[in-house]
Amino acid sequence: MQLAEMAVDAGDGRALACPSPKRRRVIPGFGLTFGFTLTWLSLIVLLPLSTVFIRSAGMGWDAFVAASLSARALKAYQLSFGASLAAAGINTAFGLLIAWVLVRIDFPGKRIVNALVDLPFALPTAVAGIALTAIYAETGWFGGLLAPLGIKVAFTPVGVVVALIFIGLPFVVRSVEPVLADLGHDVEEAAATLGASGWQTFHRVILPAIGPALLTGFALAFARGVGEYGSVIFIAGNMPYRSEIAPLLIVTQLEQFDYAAATAIAAVMLVASFVLLLLINLIQIWSRKRGAA
Amino acid sequence: MTRGAASTPLGRGVLFAVALAFLAIFLVAPLAAVFAEALSKGVGAYAAAVVERDALSAIRLTLLVAAISVPLNIVFGLAASWAIAKFDFRGKSVLTTLIDLPFSVSPVVSGLIYVLLFGAQGWFGPWLKAHDIEIIFAVPGLVLATMFITFPFVARELIPLMEEQGRDDEEAALSLGASGWQTFRRVTLPNIRWGLLYGVLLCNARAMGEFGAVSVVSGHIRGKTNTMPLHVEILYNEYNFAAAFAVASLLALLALVTLTLKSILEWRYGIHGRTGH
Repeated sequence: MQLAEMAVDAGDGRALACPSPKRRRVIPGFGLTFGFTLTWLSLIVLLPLSTVFIRSAGMGWDAFVAASLSARALKAYQLSFGASLAAAGINTAFGLLIAWVLVRIDFPGKRIVNALVDLPFALPTAVAGIALTAIYAETGWFGGLLAPLGIKVAFTPVGVVVALIFIGLPFVVRSVEPVLADLGHDVEEAAATLGASGWQTFHRVILPAIGPALLTGFALAFARGVGEYGSVIFIAGNMPYRSEIAPLLIVTQLEQFDYAAATAIAAVMLVASFVLLLLINLIQIWSRKRGAA
Repeated sequence: MTRGAASTPLGRGVLFAVALAFLAIFLVAPLAAVFAEALSKGVGAYAAAVVERDALSAIRLTLLVAAISVPLNIVFGLAASWAIAKFDFRGKSVLTTLIDLPFSVSPVVSGLIYVLLFGAQGWFGPWLKAHDIEIIFAVPGLVLATMFITFPFVARELIPLMEEQGRDDEEAALSLGASGWQTFRRVTLPNIRWGLLYGVLLCNARAMGEFGAVSVVSGHIRGKTNTMPLHVEILYNEYNFAAAFAVASLLALLALVTLTLKSILEWRYGIHGRTGH
């Protein structure tokens, strides 16, 4: 809403300032900056990325399938996608709760808590990885509490989920927070005044309004989890067929100089991330249309 | 009328406590563990681990890689946002999506693509070998992988900011006779400086902390191609935990400084990040 209004204002302002559309070309430097952007983008991003697909195409279909869909690779995808799904699900619930607390409740130290939510964006993944491993190992703070209950986190697939919860949390909180703030407290109060129960208010009023943002946060956290490496490899245990994530399998194949297998698995991962990127863009277009309607 | 859990003081209290407990378990505990483990063998051991020869060379290399890749990304970010925010052309949204592309790529794949280009078995591998040029398992490879990983940081911060600010200021300056370069330096740059700083801050934090992509291209040559995160990994795998956490604590401090500065920019200047870093 606000953005749309601002766009209209800006449009009016420009229309008044320059009645002739030719005036828009008054700003120089398009050729230079556009040319540089495109060249740099091609050299650093597009050309290098294309190597994965060109190399995969050169392998021949049978060899590609054998390498990218080997039993070990399938298990690795299963873990990477499954653990990401679980972590993104948990983050969606708790991320929404944290966003709600940040928007609706005033408490001392709120700014610190708010800044802390972005810690996973700022803390190097390897640091997060060894720290989580230290905590959840059997001698660690939480591992020691969980061990008597028969729960093992470090060096199991559960550890992978824990690492991905750490990595993905801010995506959900930061996606939902602005929409929740826009929604305003009065909407919730109005629903309650009209006799809605807490659950009805959440289910019928809040959830439909923040749905697209929540879905975006979920998808962003999921996409990040699928490709995550640094925070996971320390805590995962990295047993083939059991606790080996797909990015680690790429590294393992590279270390054994099996470039073909590494490339084939990378191609599958890249296609998956492009599909996710497309989905995220579609969700955002959908939510913008809903916002405008 | 049933009142919702969120509207009673008790209900709000419970939800508040659950949210804070989740943050404490999943975010605060790992951060605290870094410092607790780093100091577990005492301050003397901590200091020794930080000033050890290989640790110092890792710190130097991390600073060097960031000092090359961050400025290059600033130049790219300024050029891209100028082209995208100040002009209308077809395919603009495709270009913006392509700039964001590195965020969707697994760090490991981001390293792999440069191995496929410049590695011994890569497209340019034989040529590079014949000319005695080292890219993979050397500093240029680390810089390339870091640049790929941090590629969108500055641009994605500046594009929405510059679009929001419109073109009126620049058009006014130009109509008063300023040159294009003067307009950029005297009008655009002051308008976007805090947003630029915000992008640079996040870009730098990621550049210094990147692990997966540089791990693939580094070759882990001790004292030569190990950045700080890679040095942490090596120490950790050698069961030298206190030293690993000591070096890790420096990276954690960098993260805390980054978060503090980032928050200050948000409070003071209303700069806001875009989700998806």
